[in-house]
Amino acid sequence: MTRMTIEQAIHQALAEEMQRDERVLLMGEGVATKRRDLVQAFGATRVRNTPLAEAVIAGTAVGAAASGLRPVIDLLFAPFLAYAMDALVNSAGKLRYLSGGQFEFPLVALSMTGSGWCVGAQHNHNLEAMFAHAPGLKVVMPSTAADVKGLLKAAIRDNNPVLFFTDLALLHQEGEVPDDSAHRVPLGQAAVRRAGTDVTLVSYAKTVEVCLQAAAQLQGQGIAAEVIDLRTLKPLDEATVLNSLRKTGRLVVVTEASGLCGMAAELAALAATRAFDALRAPVVRLTGPDAPGASSWVLEQAALPSADAVVQAVQGMRAEVAVGREALAAS
Amino acid sequence: MSAGGMATDAVRRLEAMLLIRAYEEKLVELQRSGAPGTCTSVGQEACAVGVVGALEARDRILTNHRSAGHLIARGADPGRLMAEVLGRVDGYCGGRSGSLHISAKKLGVVLTSTIVGGELSMAPGVALAQKMGQGEPGGIVAVFFGDGAACEGIFHESLNLAVQWQLPLLFVCENNDWQAFVHRRETMPDNAIADWAAGHGLPVATVDGNDVEAVHAAAREAVAAIRADGQPRFLELVTYRLRGHFEPDDQAYVDPAELARWQARDPLHGQADRLLAQGALDADEFAQLREQAVARIEAAVAFAQASAWPGPRTLTHHVYAEQGAHS
Repeated sequence: MTRMTIEQAIHQALAEEMQRDERVLLMGEGVATKRRDLVQAFGATRVRNTPLAEAVIAGTAVGAAASGLRPVIDLLFAPFLAYAMDALVNSAGKLRYLSGGQFEFPLVALSMTGSGWCVGAQHNHNLEAMFAHAPGLKVVMPSTAADVKGLLKAAIRDNNPVLFFTDLALLHQEGEVPDDSAHRVPLGQAAVRRAGTDVTLVSYAKTVEVCLQAAAQLQGQGIAAEVIDLRTLKPLDEATVLNSLRKTGRLVVVTEASGLCGMAAELAALAATRAFDALRAPVVRLTGPDAPGASSWVLEQAALPSADAVVQAVQGMRAEVAVGREALAAS
Repeated sequence: MSAGGMATDAVRRLEAMLLIRAYEEKLVELQRSGAPGTCTSVGQEACAVGVVGALEARDRILTNHRSAGHLIARGADPGRLMAEVLGRVDGYCGGRSGSLHISAKKLGVVLTSTIVGGELSMAPGVALAQKMGQGEPGGIVAVFFGDGAACEGIFHESLNLAVQWQLPLLFVCENNDWQAFVHRRETMPDNAIADWAAGHGLPVATVDGNDVEAVHAAAREAVAAIRADGQPRFLELVTYRLRGHFEPDDQAYVDPAELARWQARDPLHGQADRLLAQGALDADEFAQLREQAVARIEAAVAFAQASAWPGPRTLTHHVYAEQGAHS
């Protein structure tokens, strides 16, 4: 194991995959400026600075992917993906299907998002659900350095287009990463970060830590919370969530992204349609507001679900159950 | 028919244009009896035949919603094209594309987008892969789009990247004066397309897009130049969309005098008249060529209509690569 930041984990994954497969190339605004060692190791042909032109960066990745290369593009901040939507959604996501399977699009689009840098709404917008809604795309949003490295390596080897979101607040967070260059984390597998039997807390990216803090507080109150880190949002690991829910009967979903039509809504629907009989309390969604990301530190933090809010939600769920039992006993 | 290589090639070009015209006129007829509508390229056949005929098998083509000419000129089977339009299993895309985004990888017609400008976004990547050794040695890439796409921002991004990265890419703008339901005069200064391309540092040739021999000569020159130095080139083909944006379309918004002027410059008649005047073709031979084209399209319709519908259970096939993880 080596201790490294998420930023270093990304770099190491890129270096290893470029070493392993000469069809892998990296394109984006500043990739050659910032990653001089990759230019030296693999040449300027495979590490390409681009104009500030997200639409054609993404389109070029789509064309190159369909023609035998395996591009990774760095689009910097998630809101910039709006310029790249046509290439990613209409081309990468649809042309495999529309062509009857004639083409594959092995490409990875990197971008950063989330609160923590006070950059405001045009650099911080959690768009993951928008892309999960687009057919043909996979969506990844990890929370640890080991997962970032393992999932990025798996994403580069995947034959489908993958949107790879990095949480800005976690970029400099350190974690233990396996030294084995074969280390990979398969897309579509959630991780149980903490086992518990009373309530299931589901999250991804920075709010996994919020859930872990809440679980520690709840333990002091005699409540055993299970914490699931989705890691991949599409394909969604439904089995891990459902297995946990069948055990605990209670679900709290915690996301930084806003609630309407988001991942939290999807998980609530999963619980209602596939585990209704197991539910012992209504599902709780703790999400960011339907508001653009503010820049002020105080407002930025106010938009985030807190560990205290998670604890209160869980206490509320248990209270509801208690009240229900009392009502039943009185009847 | 008269001997001589040039004459024979010119006759073949007429033959190809007749086949495209017969195919699209049949689509119009089928649409009237309930088949899905299409965006035809009637009037623009010389652009497709002239440019595609200047390409080799190792070259790649990206096209758009008005693609029938490019596909047929490349040798696509009208029966399989028609089957695709009708949504049948024998279509080039198994019925998933319909008329709007047909691609045929084996023919080198790759990544067709019906999002105006989508083809321009992907073309540099196809050319980059070619440059980085993924295609056949010496291959180049041609991308077809219209004056409408030239008004999209991606037009400039694509041209700029092709020049900066020195990509073996031929930009072919079929300037047909119509951008869906809006005339070009409302959307850009006159002659803007060639100026914009030149502004990006591209060598530009502006050619009469209704003269198949002129198009072919200009395309040959551009293709040879790209093959020689690996740098992109730009062709502007001045033509006209003789039918509506999409079938059905009564073209009530089209100035009848302008339409009549361009109908009088029909590229098929131009080529036929030239060959008749040269003695490369006589009237009977011309009539025979037309009949052969119509007969091929009748056979294509029969093939397409006999082709099975896709099974509803296949609805979600091909969304994702089955082999998700590449070892």
